[in-house]
Amino acid sequence: MDALLKRPLSPTRVLLSSLGMGVVLLLVFGASMLLGTADITLGQVLALVAGDGDVPEHVKLILLEVRLPRIALAALVGYALALGGVVFQAVLRNPLADPFILGVSSGAAFGAILGIALGFGFEFAVPTLSFAGALLTIFLLLALGARGIGTESSTILLTGVIINAFFTATIMFFVAVAADAKLHSMLFWLYGDLSQTNYGRLSMIAPVTLLASLVLYGFSRHLNLLTVGEDTARRLGMDVVRVKLVLLVIVSLMIGSVIAFSGLIGFVGLVVPHLARMAFGSDHRLLIPLAAMGGAIFLVAADTLARTLVAPSELPVGVISAFLGAPFFIYLLRTKGSQWNRS
Amino acid sequence: MEQILSLRGVGFGYGSTPVVQDVDLDVGKGEILGILGPNGSGKSTLLNLMDGILKPNAGEVEVSGAPIRDMGRAAVAREVAMVSQESHFRFSFSVLQVVLMGRFPHLRPLEFEGESDIVVAREALEATHCLGLAGRSVHTLSGGERQRVLIARALAQEPKVILLDEPTSFLDLKLKHEIFRLIGRLSEEKGLSVVVASHDIDLVSQYCSRILMLKDGAVFKVGEPHEVITAPNIEAVFDCPVQVETHPFTSRPRVSVL
Repeated sequence: MDALLKRPLSPTRVLLSSLGMGVVLLLVFGASMLLGTADITLGQVLALVAGDGDVPEHVKLILLEVRLPRIALAALVGYALALGGVVFQAVLRNPLADPFILGVSSGAAFGAILGIALGFGFEFAVPTLSFAGALLTIFLLLALGARGIGTESSTILLTGVIINAFFTATIMFFVAVAADAKLHSMLFWLYGDLSQTNYGRLSMIAPVTLLASLVLYGFSRHLNLLTVGEDTARRLGMDVVRVKLVLLVIVSLMIGSVIAFSGLIGFVGLVVPHLARMAFGSDHRLLIPLAAMGGAIFLVAADTLARTLVAPSELPVGVISAFLGAPFFIYLLRTKGSQWNRS
Repeated sequence: MEQILSLRGVGFGYGSTPVVQDVDLDVGKGEILGILGPNGSGKSTLLNLMDGILKPNAGEVEVSGAPIRDMGRAAVAREVAMVSQESHFRFSFSVLQVVLMGRFPHLRPLEFEGESDIVVAREALEATHCLGLAGRSVHTLSGGERQRVLIARALAQEPKVILLDEPTSFLDLKLKHEIFRLIGRLSEEKGLSVVVASHDIDLVSQYCSRILMLKDGAVFKVGEPHEVITAPNIEAVFDCPVQVETHPFTSRPRVSVL
């Protein structure tokens, strides 16, 4: 290897960093299992993991049927939202892009709320509509904001804000006219609620999210090029239109399916990719796994706060996520805004 | 001479407005071809046709004898590199990372840059005198350094021909000449063909082996500098009265505006 020039990134480094982040995720996951209204000791958790029969039935129930699926959902949702943020920021070349701000989340929410209003089930119809809503938003975004998938434009973010406002208004309309019986589940869903979950739902979004992240990882070098510009990417040998289309469809599929079960949770997709870029640099081969797992850590921690801060009552996790995320967003705008505005 | 790039009756237009019409051109191995012409004469469009970003409405562009329209983007990028004005770095990359982006068309999906790619990047950095910048963030570079790094990235593609679109605009006198001397060295030492579009008639006259003069998207004149840079030609193309003298050191034509 060249004495002066070290290879900037090796597969070993990606693997080791990912393992390190995985260990942190596991620790946060474990800590979250211990925290909650019911008193559960580390010994009981370890005994359960070890398959010891000594654990009381109610503890087993709380750990396996309440906490584990909920924390797993938080991890998956955080993972998907942060990954979505990384991809949107690269594809749109805008560090302020994330699924929430671009309206993709509210598009997915619109689909889900429509499903709830029509009385469809959460097992198939609501996630499908949510996915359709996310996809619809992406195409609106590209059609209105960028006039076709091959064009890059700074108006795309503004278009996203407007699409977001429109879908939010539509959602409010559904909420306003909803029957009382449906109102509660709609509202809780909108604020971001991870409490309503089960293994059936997890088994739907886990494969989608993991498969999507594998595909997205396959495009990590393409994402590096896209951040430099579409023309440059094309000149360096990339089929930009095809790659962008694949990326956006995959991200919409992933975001749409997680949002159907989590509701609207903002700022994860914005804040976590930023922190990851600051800490690990701009190479997406490293950024994708670390930001995705960072998102999982962030949301598991936020949801743990949401269910313990005002226990035995609960806060919607979206509230915690916004409390942490909004000030950070303003800080980024104040300190780095001028850098991003360079054309 | 081995032909690297051939244009046969190439035409291009947006709608019914022609931008480039009926261009025939051969670029030989190791040659430095300058493209001159006023604003809107089709210089950038011609370069974009040469690297297949734009598809001609008429005629054919061939790279090493193969029609460019049948080649995939990666195959084109292994033959033709372009240094244009539009690279903006939103996110922070090191100079080495940027130069390694030039290896993109050579790598398989999911493949990481290996030792041979580092060797290519190192040579590209050395050729452009950028080796000392390797660890710097692109955000900290000056205009001249940036231009050299972009040329290094193009070299890392290991192309047969490099196209440069206005490589010296925004650069000061010394840096302008540095860039053109670099181009000259690359063609001489590496046998690289270079096509450079510029507004700077004197620079093109001094450093290019052949010059193509464009007027309204059509070839007005192709030839060696003394054949193309003449007062009547420049007056006809640029609509500006000039006097052409001989440069005392290079013996190339030099233009003074009257």
